[in-house]
Amino acid sequence: MATLSLRDVRKSFNATPVLHGIDLEVADGELVVIVGASGCGKSTLLRIVAGLETPTSGQVVINNRDVTGLEPADRDIAMVFQNYALYPHMTVFGNMAYGLKIRGLPRAEIEKRVKDAAEILGIGALLERRPKQLSGGQRQRVAMGRAIVREPALFLFDEPLSNLDAKLRVQMRAEIRRLQRRLGVTSLFVTHDQVEAMTLGDRLVVMNAGRPAQVAPPMEIFSRPADTYVAGFIGSPAMNFIPATLEEGGAAARLAKGTVIRFADGPRPGPAGMPLTLGLRPEHVVPGDGPDSVPLSVELIEPLGSETVVHGRGPGGLAITARLPGAFSGAALPVRLPAGHLHVFDAGTGRRLDP
Amino acid sequence: MQKKVIFRGRLLPIALLAPQLAVTFVFFFWPAGQAIYQSLLREDAFGLSREFVGLENFQEVLSDPTWLNAALNTVVFSGCVAALALGLALFLAVQADKSLRGATVYRSLLIWPYAVAPAVAAVLWLFLFQPEVGMIGRGLRAVGIPWDYRLNGTHAMVLVVIAAVWKQLAYNFIFFLAGLQSIPASVLEAAAIDGARPARRFWTIIFPLLSPTTFFLLVVNLTYAFFETFGIIHALTNGGPAKATETLIYKVYVDGVENLNLGQSAAQSVILMIIVIALTAIQFRAVEKKVHY
Repeated sequence: MATLSLRDVRKSFNATPVLHGIDLEVADGELVVIVGASGCGKSTLLRIVAGLETPTSGQVVINNRDVTGLEPADRDIAMVFQNYALYPHMTVFGNMAYGLKIRGLPRAEIEKRVKDAAEILGIGALLERRPKQLSGGQRQRVAMGRAIVREPALFLFDEPLSNLDAKLRVQMRAEIRRLQRRLGVTSLFVTHDQVEAMTLGDRLVVMNAGRPAQVAPPMEIFSRPADTYVAGFIGSPAMNFIPATLEEGGAAARLAKGTVIRFADGPRPGPAGMPLTLGLRPEHVVPGDGPDSVPLSVELIEPLGSETVVHGRGPGGLAITARLPGAFSGAALPVRLPAGHLHVFDAGTGRRLDP
Repeated sequence: MQKKVIFRGRLLPIALLAPQLAVTFVFFFWPAGQAIYQSLLREDAFGLSREFVGLENFQEVLSDPTWLNAALNTVVFSGCVAALALGLALFLAVQADKSLRGATVYRSLLIWPYAVAPAVAAVLWLFLFQPEVGMIGRGLRAVGIPWDYRLNGTHAMVLVVIAAVWKQLAYNFIFFLAGLQSIPASVLEAAAIDGARPARRFWTIIFPLLSPTTFFLLVVNLTYAFFETFGIIHALTNGGPAKATETLIYKVYVDGVENLNLGQSAAQSVILMIIVIALTAIQFRAVEKKVHY
């Protein structure tokens, strides 16, 4: 159906640069999620693809056709907005048929397409209602319906689930994924929610301050984050960061208290004494006493039912969060930091250091 | 989310309502009652004698060709004023809604005419359109149009319409601009993505979403054209030439104040009142049926 390429897309508002050169290739039928904190430029990027904003420089190419200078109408895209942006004065049918009428499709064809889409989304009984008479989840479906009847080359989603309550969000998330697979439409999905990003995306673009910090499939982002920003952003509770220095030969790291941890997967390049940031996910923190264990004083216990999140403080005020199976109670918790799960980052640049 | 306030005793709520009720009574119910009462009487010009004549005044008014002429003038005048004032104001508001350089200056300048008194507005247009000294009046004559609103009834009507429209434009503009700004940008963006060009977006999205504003303004503008344009007509044409710009409200004034025919003048007022109440009722019924949101 369609591919999308972004080539060095830059955007400044007046003198303030918000996007610093984005390159991205989206394959046919792929769902790419752009995720980042608010203000990172992810929505601006989506709006540039939609043609609602003009990039300061760079190219947007859909299906090998440069659409940078084209109106949204000429790009063959459909977009689902955060507030749904339904036409309040039209019925559900009118909302979904609007784009088709503009294209001048015959009436029978319009009715068939709208009926089919409504059937897929389970809103067949609502076609004569107005948006005002619908619940949030139903409006969301109508917005999706309006996008799919057009049979566009590209779907754009601008945080479409943020206005739904938690339960509905999980349900719609799965539905969007199913629908996108079924229709096979190339999609770009913007969200600030890492769970949405991880569960929906074939690939993620983690944005940080107008730059793509990492572009990779979800599990790779999780298991091999490219820098400390990505490592801290993806995963809940967030990854623990422990300051350390590199030992002579690069085969081990020395913590502030003198504990030395040998890297399990080989030496890192760099001079002795180079400052490092070691990353360890809370679920990899292992409780247990031993010669090189870190004693934690427990500050907060969050029981989640099947597991317990323990926030503690080690020597020197080092904050460490552990995710333990089952229940936990107590004021002290000695933990070990297993070398096999350590992520090693350069403390100066924040970049990942691989052996 | 209505909060009910419950007062103890009756004095306080009555005291709080009294000023509003007093104003409504003194400035509406009393004069309206007087008008209805007067419309049933025949009184001599000096107010020395009066007799009860029932609906005779109404019969005479409704069969009077000069009243019918005034009614026709009112229809033409109000229709032109409402259509032009709404159309132009909508056009200007759409322009001002775009992100323009100096948009705030442009907007405040457009709001100014509303602060100008009707008579002053009339004099202003008089200066412009006066055939011998007015800039536009002389200009029209220079290009071969024998412009003279003092002799030509159509010219006079055009002039009072222009002045009345100009005066009302600012008010309509403010409401249209507010209405435009309350349309969510994402709805228009969605329409753009759906393939609608600007003109189509205007007629299929913006205009229908503005319809509550438009209907409200239509009521206000017709009421304005019916009643509040008296000052403009009085200062510009005095209803002339040959009653060409005499509207119903102006005729009420002429018959009541100048000709001292109080009974017929009052009957005309009552008819006018009924017309406006009916118009408003019809429009509100239409608003409920046709206006979405």
